[in-house]
Amino acid sequence: MTVYLLCLVLFGLGVYCMLVKRNIIKIIVGTIIAETAVNLFLVLVAYRVGGIAPILATPGQADAMVDPLPQAMVLTSIVIGLATTALMVAIAMRIHGKYGTYDIAEIRELRG
Amino acid sequence: MTALAPLFVGLPLAGAFLAALLGRRYARFPEASGVVTALVVFVLSLLALVAVHRQGAIVYAVGAWEAPLGITMVLDGFSVFMLVTVNLVALLVTVFSLDYMRRFTAGWLFYTLFLLMLAGMNGVVVSGDMFNLFVFLEVAAVSSYVLVAFGTGKHELEAAFKYAVMGTLGSLFILLGVALLYARTSTLNMADMANVIVAEGGGRVLSLVSALVLAGFGLKAAAVPFHAWLPDAHPSAPAPISAMLSGVLIKSLGVYALCRVFFTVIGFTPQVSSILMFLGVVSMLAGVFLAVGQWDLKRLLAYHSISQIGYVLLGIGLGTPLGIAGGLFHLFNHSLFKSLLFLDSGAIEYATGTRDLKRMGGLSRKMPVTSSTTFVASMSIAGIPPFNGFWSKLVIIVAAVEVGRYGYAFLAVLASVLTLASFTKVLRYAFQGRGGDMTESCHEVPVLMRAAMIALAALCLVGGLLLLPGPREYFIDMAGQALTDTVHTATVISEVR
Repeated sequence: MTVYLLCLVLFGLGVYCMLVKRNIIKIIVGTIIAETAVNLFLVLVAYRVGGIAPILATPGQADAMVDPLPQAMVLTSIVIGLATTALMVAIAMRIHGKYGTYDIAEIRELRG
Repeated sequence: MTALAPLFVGLPLAGAFLAALLGRRYARFPEASGVVTALVVFVLSLLALVAVHRQGAIVYAVGAWEAPLGITMVLDGFSVFMLVTVNLVALLVTVFSLDYMRRFTAGWLFYTLFLLMLAGMNGVVVSGDMFNLFVFLEVAAVSSYVLVAFGTGKHELEAAFKYAVMGTLGSLFILLGVALLYARTSTLNMADMANVIVAEGGGRVLSLVSALVLAGFGLKAAAVPFHAWLPDAHPSAPAPISAMLSGVLIKSLGVYALCRVFFTVIGFTPQVSSILMFLGVVSMLAGVFLAVGQWDLKRLLAYHSISQIGYVLLGIGLGTPLGIAGGLFHLFNHSLFKSLLFLDSGAIEYATGTRDLKRMGGLSRKMPVTSSTTFVASMSIAGIPPFNGFWSKLVIIVAAVEVGRYGYAFLAVLASVLTLASFTKVLRYAFQGRGGDMTESCHEVPVLMRAAMIALAALCLVGGLLLLPGPREYFIDMAGQALTDTVHTATVISEVR
């Protein structure tokens, strides 16, 4: 149970970082932390104490193996995370080119 | 007919791929690819509508791996309803883009991203399992982040970054919700999940899942209090994309997915019902109050999107067949008139170069088509008969009164009056009076832009006819039944035919 809670704490830290930090790069780091926490959670869901890799399990031994499906999901999720992170970093670079700063307090022309 | 479902994802993906591959060599190819793909997919969605009406839900097993282990794509009443809505708007928006996007460089990039977004939205709608829903949602969301930044100006980049961060946060909530649901039910197939939850009871984890899913899809749908990104993101995109984002993206990624999870998978409880209604009413009022004070035309429209999504959520949240029918009908109507309004704002910006209402004026003489289509759309959104918006709002309000929610019904009427006030201001400042300083030398926009706007305006005018018994049975009733009759849907999805 502790490990699940720690995982949620990690997620909370990431979300906190996304919502509270004022530096664009730190916000991006926050999204990466939160993403990793969710991926970790998926792997934890699949884990079985003393479980073996599915490929090593003999037929009829389904109880002894680690659930492979969330691992496949995590792979997909990591790829999606890579795409969003790359996109956000690219946007951050262009923002720095236009505004000359990474501080979102100074990048606030849209409001109202 | 079963092979119909994957085409809604496959064709736009293929179109996007070809547009990217050949776009740099043949400058006109991406445009052709965009329009042809959108047209074909729209025709297919109509075919699917007829097929589903005739034979019931259609289930396609990807790679012939049968449910619940394999991936399924499902066309039921609600899916085809969304498919028709999404692809109708997409078709008209691509026609509009043909002329509008000439001003931008890298047209091939635009059509590639547009088709990717379309593939993602269609994917969300046809997906029969939770994880694919998430994947397609991300495909659509990531392309929409890029499209918001398409102009690469200061404001576009700022808005796109804000949108990307909020969108990612929403997606993470959704993924966490999916992970918890999988942990509880050991399956990803929506129908199978529903069966497990019905058979074994949800347990306490379901309330956590509900909260996560509500926050995640609420962020995508821009319901208050998750709306902060929308008034920045939607105006910053090029006008056709604003029309797509406000018209269909927030609905297919937000409202559709929310309904799927709450009606088909978790089950619709009274608590969920009251939360949805409350969020709906708050969005309805907050959106319209924020809109009234706006002078930037597109920003004003964006706030109205929040307000109108509130109506949809209120209708669906009522949970009665009439309320759901009203909510869905309003969803369809809103996608028509809001995309029309954004296209009109694009036409005005195209002709005058400004979005500031104070600098417009006297456009009704110079741009008669834009002016009259804006009038039609404004009257539709404000709920004036005989336009389509009136009928759907009427159904929602009657449904609210029917279950004794008089306060909510009154607030819906109030929001409608404020909407009318806000659009009177738009019509007055943009089209009446003497010319502003930006409208001296402007003239009507090119023919394809006009064609798209006229088509949407005509649909707004006749949209009310969908309430007549014949068409209603095909379109709204079928979608409503798929939502309310969850047990039936669940069995259909889990049995691949």
